[in-house]
Amino acid sequence: MKDVAIVGANMIKFGRYPDKDVVRLASDAAIGALKDAGISINEVEVMVSGNLYQSNAMIGQRIMKEIGATGIPVVNVANACATGSTAFREAYLAVASGAYDVALAIGSEQMGKMGLLGFGGERDISYSTEGVMGTGLMPGVFGQTGVEHMRKYGTTAEQFAKIAVKNHKHGVHNPYAQYQKETPLEDVLNARMIAWPNTLFMCCPTGDGAAAAVLMSAEKARQYTSAPIWVAASVLTSDPWQERNPTMFDVNTLTRNAAKQAYEEAGIGPEDLSQVELHDCFATAELVHYDNLMLCDEGEAGRLIDEGETSVGGRIPVNASGGLLSKGHPLGATGVANIVEIVWHLRGQAGGRQVQNSKVGLAHVIGLGSACTIHIVKK
Amino acid sequence: MTQETATEKKRNPLVPFMRVPEDPKDEPYLWGSKCKACGTIFLGERVACGKCGNTDPFEEVRLSDEGEIYVFSVVHQTVPGLEAPYVAAIIDLPQGVAVRGNVYGLDPTSPSPDWFGKKVKMYTEKVRTDREGNDVIAAKFKVID
Repeated sequence: MKDVAIVGANMIKFGRYPDKDVVRLASDAAIGALKDAGISINEVEVMVSGNLYQSNAMIGQRIMKEIGATGIPVVNVANACATGSTAFREAYLAVASGAYDVALAIGSEQMGKMGLLGFGGERDISYSTEGVMGTGLMPGVFGQTGVEHMRKYGTTAEQFAKIAVKNHKHGVHNPYAQYQKETPLEDVLNARMIAWPNTLFMCCPTGDGAAAAVLMSAEKARQYTSAPIWVAASVLTSDPWQERNPTMFDVNTLTRNAAKQAYEEAGIGPEDLSQVELHDCFATAELVHYDNLMLCDEGEAGRLIDEGETSVGGRIPVNASGGLLSKGHPLGATGVANIVEIVWHLRGQAGGRQVQNSKVGLAHVIGLGSACTIHIVKK
Repeated sequence: MTQETATEKKRNPLVPFMRVPEDPKDEPYLWGSKCKACGTIFLGERVACGKCGNTDPFEEVRLSDEGEIYVFSVVHQTVPGLEAPYVAAIIDLPQGVAVRGNVYGLDPTSPSPDWFGKKVKMYTEKVRTDREGNDVIAAKFKVID
């Protein structure tokens, strides 16, 4: 595999854009990434579009008609919440394989006020595990994820709540986040219960958003920048067989498998990371991934949040962006956006939320069902 | 006036891994498929083993109607038409297979680690009527210890 650099990175502020369509949102992000890279659409050799709800409607090609219909190969990708990061990975592979020198990855989604509901019909054999309708809704599923951690390691509801306190505190400094509002612990614990132990402030908002990245071969990148950001690892895993899966979704095993592969591919360990952007669709999810990404010894995740180690300024800052809890989670945009966030930190462009002297970052996404992507990017 | 033939109302399972005996006196039960190569049991029908890949025919096994709570959540915000809050649990059955289900007999306002490992028993209930007018039967669980 050839070395691949990220030369352009951009996202739009996540939020709700009822007056714009999703092609416009994606185009705004893409044009920004091209400008950031210092190229035009004419230099792009392949484009990969990540969008969950419109991949069956040729959204990638519709975006190209807006930003420059150059006739290049366009691929539409869907992979649940890992849609954007899978699109990024496909663009990465297109360049790493040597087939192309310049690739554009775009993640976009327009959800409005749509909630994160469950999926899988009664007759879908792989997901026909609903005892009664309603047992498989996302908030309940991620409630169970946290409760399993409680059962195994004695983690408390308050420790999960502290994740939301931290991420909302970080989010205040992120102008690209849907919400920039602190939520003290008392407010988080007293907020409306959604699915125990996650209260309203422990669930990410859904909305609209887009992000884009320009990837180049090493030779090409040198023509455009003296300080490229390198993709040190790009990993995608799916569920291995597990005792209770698919009855109970397991976000842990495939994340652990991806983490092991990613550290090996990058030739580094978790102790070498400057920062992490991980998939905090619910507060419970973030905490269990401290263990899964090996940011601590197994079962120590609760201590990590208690001692502030994952805050900006702490030993290993997690979700300096404010995470999905602040930023929002427009499904297809999420995975590209968290790579963009790391790139900005590595370049020292992250403003008030900047992780000082950041050299290596890890971006993690889970699409339930499941797909896990991990990208390690470095200076 | 057209002649109407009285068709007998049937009891149909909500999920494909439940069997509802014709005789209403017989209780519905959950069933699974056992891989003859590695012994893993799956809910309902299988064409291949998700663990070892074996494609030989599976052995049908009747699953126990008793199990214990592995983990749970208490769902307060749910789809329209469902009464909330309810306890949504993952239930381990003694055959080594897990099933999702709502558990009754616990106070949803005070979720507690004490609920781990609680013994539960399956019962069935009509949850709706299908287009042909048949009863649709779902599995629920109640605490028995």
